[in-house]
Amino acid sequence: MPAQATVETTLGNPSAASIGFFFLIVAVTLQITYWAAKRTRTSKEFYAAGRSVSALQNGLALAGDYMSAASFLGISGMVAMRGYDGMIYATGWLVGWPALMFLVAEPLRNLGKFTFTDVVAFRLRQGPVRVACAIGGILTVLTYTIAQMVGSGALIKLMFGIPYELAEMIVGCVMLAYVLFGGMIATTWVQIIKACLLLFGVTVLTVLVLYKFGFNPGNLYAAVSATYGQEALEPGGLVTSPLEAVSLGLALMLGLLGLPHILMRFYTVPDARAARKSVLYATGLIGYFYCIIPIVGFGSAVLVGRSVISGIDKGGNMAAPLLAELLGGTPFFGFIAAVAFATILAVVAGLTLAGASAFSHDIYVSLIKRGKATEDEQVQVAKMGTFFFGVLAVLLGILFKGQNVAFMVGLTFSIAASANFPALLLSVLWKRFSTWGAVSSVLGGTFVSIGMIVLSPTVWVDIFHYERAIIGLRNPCIVSMTVSFALGFIVSLLTPEPQAQAKFEEEKLRVYLGIGAE
Amino acid sequence: MVDTARTVVRTDGRHESVHELIASPDFKRLVARRWSVSGILLLLLFASYYGYVVILGSSPEVMARRIGEFTTLGIPIGVGVIVFAFILTAVYVAWANCRYDPEVERLKGRLKPR
Repeated sequence: MPAQATVETTLGNPSAASIGFFFLIVAVTLQITYWAAKRTRTSKEFYAAGRSVSALQNGLALAGDYMSAASFLGISGMVAMRGYDGMIYATGWLVGWPALMFLVAEPLRNLGKFTFTDVVAFRLRQGPVRVACAIGGILTVLTYTIAQMVGSGALIKLMFGIPYELAEMIVGCVMLAYVLFGGMIATTWVQIIKACLLLFGVTVLTVLVLYKFGFNPGNLYAAVSATYGQEALEPGGLVTSPLEAVSLGLALMLGLLGLPHILMRFYTVPDARAARKSVLYATGLIGYFYCIIPIVGFGSAVLVGRSVISGIDKGGNMAAPLLAELLGGTPFFGFIAAVAFATILAVVAGLTLAGASAFSHDIYVSLIKRGKATEDEQVQVAKMGTFFFGVLAVLLGILFKGQNVAFMVGLTFSIAASANFPALLLSVLWKRFSTWGAVSSVLGGTFVSIGMIVLSPTVWVDIFHYERAIIGLRNPCIVSMTVSFALGFIVSLLTPEPQAQAKFEEEKLRVYLGIGAE
Repeated sequence: MVDTARTVVRTDGRHESVHELIASPDFKRLVARRWSVSGILLLLLFASYYGYVVILGSSPEVMARRIGEFTTLGIPIGVGVIVFAFILTAVYVAWANCRYDPEVERLKGRLKPR
């Protein structure tokens, strides 16, 4: 068994390598943004990259949009510190992708223009539906953005040693440069580059770990067992109640089907066939990532050691960078730190574009201007929305500094699964779905999710420090999603809408045959 | 917007509206097949993932059983859930490319080019 090394780390002191890689990535992506800016004139180019992205490119970009710093640093850290339980998390993050394919990918592509709201509003009355979906969509994007910004400020501070507020502003400025000037084209390429760098970096880490153990994972597990006991390879305390676990699983799986920044990517490909293929590529890439990331986690537990990892960051987030430094020296550490930074930029850029589209496309252009805005006006409004959302993201990141925002990710997936997803599915499948059915389903799902999380131990006890939570369930999805579907059904039956039902034929022609799709 | 009163010419020369195409048995079969394939695959996905999660919650000792010297059963099963999810996705794409798309082209051929 390899002896546990004592780690001399440059973590927190910006090294030449980490700064070099960081500037290289920023320089390349800004160069791409400059190139993309010349190709971003119309709203279709700004929001949907002119629908010219290929299936493979979109698959990579979807992977880049989805794999956050939380999945890279968080899951490897969780496996390092808690062993097998981290792997359970990893599986949950993947299983949404097939469900996305089976239920919404193709109808979404065929029915919509730029946002998932376009799909829900296809047959229904624009006003109420657009407002309700914008609330659901913006809350999803906003809570996810807060979690990402707060996490990234802390991570950048740890890795590069720059102050939290400055880190927030750097992320905000670079990301705004991509989205403001290059729109979806630049965002897509940033996400593709990030996905390639991340997959490359994690693959190298995995190979280096396996090399230390004679390319036999059994030897690695033996070392884990010898150092931390066999418990590290057995399920621990993460899943205690099946109800809680299923509820979390539902949120992770079906929440993906309601994440606006992911759904938006499907409008960048030419047709439903390409949308379908891009999900397959994304599932393969993300699945590969989650299959190998536990090896990085176990490797850092054995080679770096839990006490060293938690000495630097209690949550274990620095497990992968520390392992990189140990196995590949300062240059490789610099590379991994820069990759983590690129990861943050790519995810936040995608979120900003989605947040901006909810303001500008769903509310301003479709509702206030009733779809009658000129191209120049649409792009201008989209850029204003982007700027507003980007500044908001930085301000919220600074405002929530040092706060426990772990519940925000749960809230994001819970709202996505119980506000956006039911309305999306019912609008495609159910002829009698009505305007007020959609509105009550979206708003009901949103408010039940928020209410239940606030009253659950996650917020009521952990943040407000009350003795006992009012609701015992930490993951509300199983209840909130059921409420949302039930509201959608009951209210639609109570408020029949003949005009919407009459348009169902046109919708079917478009959903199943793609006739009339944008 | 599609004009539902628009007539289309079929190969046998008979005129048929978009409404008739949507109401035709061929179109209904296409829709029914699409959702039964998705439904079955989704069921398999649910069974594998929630099966895994429920076993973890109710009898974790199953996953703690050793299959190698130290390797626990839970490790290959966790990886297996991910690989199985990818296989289901691939099955759907294969089905859609080989069966669904040609049928869509056939039905679209029954409509006059716009």
